[in-house]
Amino acid sequence: MTGPGAERIGRIFREESGRSTATLIRALGDVDLGRGRRSGGVRDCSGPLASGGLPPNPGAWITTTARNRALDRLRRERRGRQLLDEVARLASGDGEPQPRADDDDAADGAPVVDDRLRLVFMCCHPALALEAQIALTLRLLGGLSTADVAAAFLVTESTMAQRLVRAKRKISAAHIPFRVPTAAALPDRVDAVLGVVYLIYNAAADRPDPPGEPSLRAEAIRLARLLDDLLPDEPEVAGLLALLLLTESRRAARYDEEGALVLLRDQDRTLWNGRLVAEGQQLLRACLDRDRPGPYQVQAAVNAVHADAGTYAATDWAQIASLYDHLLALDPGPVVALNRAIAVAEVHGPEAGLALVDALGGLAGYSPGTWRVASCSPVSAVWHPLGRRCSRQPRRRPPTSPGAT
Amino acid sequence: MGQSQMELQMARLGELEADMRARGSWLFSGRLTSADTATVVRQVDGRRVVSDGPFIESKEHLGGFYVIDAADLDEALGWADRTVAAIGMPIEVWPFVATAGGQATEPRPE
Repeated sequence: MTGPGAERIGRIFREESGRSTATLIRALGDVDLGRGRRSGGVRDCSGPLASGGLPPNPGAWITTTARNRALDRLRRERRGRQLLDEVARLASGDGEPQPRADDDDAADGAPVVDDRLRLVFMCCHPALALEAQIALTLRLLGGLSTADVAAAFLVTESTMAQRLVRAKRKISAAHIPFRVPTAAALPDRVDAVLGVVYLIYNAAADRPDPPGEPSLRAEAIRLARLLDDLLPDEPEVAGLLALLLLTESRRAARYDEEGALVLLRDQDRTLWNGRLVAEGQQLLRACLDRDRPGPYQVQAAVNAVHADAGTYAATDWAQIASLYDHLLALDPGPVVALNRAIAVAEVHGPEAGLALVDALGGLAGYSPGTWRVASCSPVSAVWHPLGRRCSRQPRRRPPTSPGAT
Repeated sequence: MGQSQMELQMARLGELEADMRARGSWLFSGRLTSADTATVVRQVDGRRVVSDGPFIESKEHLGGFYVIDAADLDEALGWADRTVAAIGMPIEVWPFVATAGGQATEPRPE
């Protein structure tokens, strides 16, 4: 099938993919069966869809068709009565995925849990390797093809297929549950999910969009939006969404005609996407009202301050430095400390920034002020521009003798 | 490990095992003697050969184990958390292969 009809069906299928996959995995209690039935569903659906008649709710229709095929096949294969009953229960909703009250779920007082939320937590279970978590999330929740996931991570399709098979085998053998974690475990598990979404965005952040492939950045933003809908009580989820939107708002200005990276200082700010900026800032304001800050919210706030500045010179660096103070307390690490040093240099001058970088270098086992790591480390990438601005040269490090020669 | 530390650990494990039994999760457990007491039995050219063990050259050895019945991995990991807190050493969680009639592998009725 080709042409605009196919494209339209593909888009609808991907948009509805996570929902119907999640519903079928819950009903069938089996990751592979759920996936297979849904693929069958789209094959069956595509005939009428292509011939022009779009049903009013294509997502429900895809789930219904997949459910019917699953029923047929279960009957044929005479699998257990219980599975048949489970699938038949879906019929009561006429194919519309039915959220189900479940005592196991953490959301006390909010018993209706979207199946996609269970799917997120299953895909991003810490018992799976991180790369498997990412691949499963894109494949099962995002509806990307194995080939697209493979292309996004620069591995062959067969390597990715094996990775997915291994992950699904572990889910099944180790009984990784298809449910929302308990309240006690929820914060850690939400962090893990957000980390996966953030990695998906960043996997594609520093390269131009490959033509013809679904953009991982768009996919990450879609996932973040979905999570924000599903976990409205977690401000870090809104924080991540805001961070991605604000980062994405600068996308058009990030590359020049040759595809080379343009630094923030040199970007044409008229190319920034005002709609994304506004949405990100709105989300962030709602976060501030809740007063439960976290690393993603603070990083989003840094980006929001940049977005407010009409020019690089007009940037409120004092505010940014104070946000990095906050971030360093929440999430200590050398990259945050380096960013803080840049902001401090803008507020108090390059010497103050250099002092912080030097102190950090010592802590991290680097010697940023020497030639040894001068060429490639992030520490030196910050040290050298600052050093130039206050006319300091890196010290030549005495040659270290490799032994008694 | 000092005597008092050992006693503290045993007390914690005792409490943990009591909880496991109360929840119906505990099936079996055991503490193993040190690795240098292990003996290896293998087949060499169809003959049985016995030698001093252990079989696996490793810095770390199995010190003990629990066989538990858990509804899913998260429940098993919950017990693992508490075990690690009690003994202060890492543990591995291994699922059993599901076999027909294997009591430990049948999911408990909800």
